[in-house]
Amino acid sequence: MSAIEKKQRASLLNKRAPEVDNTDHSVHALTPYRVISIIILIVLTLLLIFPLYWIVTGSFKTKLAINARVPVWFPVEPTLDNYQRLFQKPAFTWLFNTVIICAAAMGLTCVAAAMGGYALAKKKFTGRAFLFSLFVCAMALPKQVILIPLLKEMAFLKLHNTLWAVILPTVGWPFGVFLMKQFSESIPNEMLEAARIDGAGETRTFIDIVLPMIKPGIGALAIFTFITAWNDYFLQLIMLNDTKVLSISLGIAKLQSEMSTDFGIIMAGAALGSVPIIIIFLLFQKFFTRGITMGAVKG
Amino acid sequence: MAQTVPIPHGMKEARRRENIAGYLFMAPSLLFFIGFVIFPMGMCLVTSFFNYTMTEFTFTGLKNYQIMFGDSVFIKALVNTIVIVVVSVPITCMFSLWVASVIYKMRQLHTSFFRCVFYLPVVTGSVAVTVVWKWIFNNYTGVLNYVCKALGIISTNVNWLGDPGTALWCIITILLTTSVGQPIVLYVSALSNVDHSLVEAASVDGATNMQTFWRIKWPQIMPTTLYILVITTINSFQCFALIQLLTSGGPNHATETIMYYIYYNAFKLQNYGYGSAMGIILAIIIAIFSAIQFRLAKTDNG
Repeated sequence: MSAIEKKQRASLLNKRAPEVDNTDHSVHALTPYRVISIIILIVLTLLLIFPLYWIVTGSFKTKLAINARVPVWFPVEPTLDNYQRLFQKPAFTWLFNTVIICAAAMGLTCVAAAMGGYALAKKKFTGRAFLFSLFVCAMALPKQVILIPLLKEMAFLKLHNTLWAVILPTVGWPFGVFLMKQFSESIPNEMLEAARIDGAGETRTFIDIVLPMIKPGIGALAIFTFITAWNDYFLQLIMLNDTKVLSISLGIAKLQSEMSTDFGIIMAGAALGSVPIIIIFLLFQKFFTRGITMGAVKG
Repeated sequence: MAQTVPIPHGMKEARRRENIAGYLFMAPSLLFFIGFVIFPMGMCLVTSFFNYTMTEFTFTGLKNYQIMFGDSVFIKALVNTIVIVVVSVPITCMFSLWVASVIYKMRQLHTSFFRCVFYLPVVTGSVAVTVVWKWIFNNYTGVLNYVCKALGIISTNVNWLGDPGTALWCIITILLTTSVGQPIVLYVSALSNVDHSLVEAASVDGATNMQTFWRIKWPQIMPTTLYILVITTINSFQCFALIQLLTSGGPNHATETIMYYIYYNAFKLQNYGYGSAMGIILAIIIAIFSAIQFRLAKTDNG
């Protein structure tokens, strides 16, 4: 157990620490079981990628190709017609709103969670254990259940139908604090002690010692929050109704309910809503993976 | 704040400083957490005892809960939700463990590739995934009907989402594709962290791969399995976007789930009190399921 912890600590402190450092040498033997497994895996990969392929190719298909009885596997006569029709709707505004929601939620979450996580890990204040268990218990609760009172609260605060109604609850979700606590645990106490002896105040210690140490954690949390906020459909559905404040997810849903079988424009919307976030995910997937795994330790 | 803690002044002063600093650092996250999670949760419990609609707000005690258990649609939704959980949770766990065990020993690049592929449906987002599946399942222009007919599985087009016999299974299929991503990432990391000296010792002693897996790796990845069981259960219980966008609970409530029924009552019928009461019941059910899983995993682990 302690070996595992030590390894996690090492990979935290050292960004480039290899994920697999106990290389298993029996691996590369190609047993029949392994060959079959890999074949199944490749078939599954193709099946899993298919919906995404279908979104992207579908968005370039003509009406004729979309409605063909025999599926057109590849758009041989690509058209931008679907996108032209999409941008006659306020699709750019929807995309822009989503980006604002994600960026604001990401920024606020990182600041609040970095401070809170550090305090929970390293400050021995009264009520710390209680607060920590409160955070953990809240994470196990279904977050969609609180949407009813949350809607009333936002209406009371006059925030309903503004992007804040989506941003604030996202920041409140306890996962970030929990994740940052996990990362802050790895800060050696001696370093904090040394800073105190050198006469550094709390703020100085936090900025100069703590922040650089938990930077990988903040990166993980940032990308995690961004992607989660992008796809949090239910919260957006409840909080945003005006066409002007719709997010891209809501926009696609609206397209679907208004033009139910016009799959061309719906796929164009789906592509606009998913391709940017997929690119962001692929660029930062290392951070992302680390966030998921650290968030799970002792979940 | 800038001076060192004077030792003769005693523990009390140091403790007070630690408290002040601790709470100041906690303040931003506590503000959001209490304001937008804890407070609404409390309000949810309170409103569940009220008859709360657009026009009314009267205390009715446990009436909402009584109505709920006489509401045949709620019972149907509860049964469907449990079917979804009972089918999808074990499949998700076993499938992701299998995938992880195949890919974790590959070269770094290949592992990353497969991990990404299985995570893609999650990143793509429930709405984009749902609308494309709606097309794939479509009665006239969907690929699924074409492929099934070409393979000779069916002879005439099937209305996958419109048939009460198949609709729920379509939902479960999509749910599976969007829920294996995170468990695979977790299992890959857990399997890579298994203490390798034990594995080597076992193979020296002549243990087969199967034995090594169940006797040595499985107990070590138990905490991960537990975590995955809990998050997958929570996610499956809250299955909403798929239902709302694909079937709206139909046909004839065949795909009604608790989460969708809560949405329907609270936000379509403006029956907030009743919706909250169902939310509380859902939270209790999830808590019970998680507790059972914890108990089972604990005893299993000895």
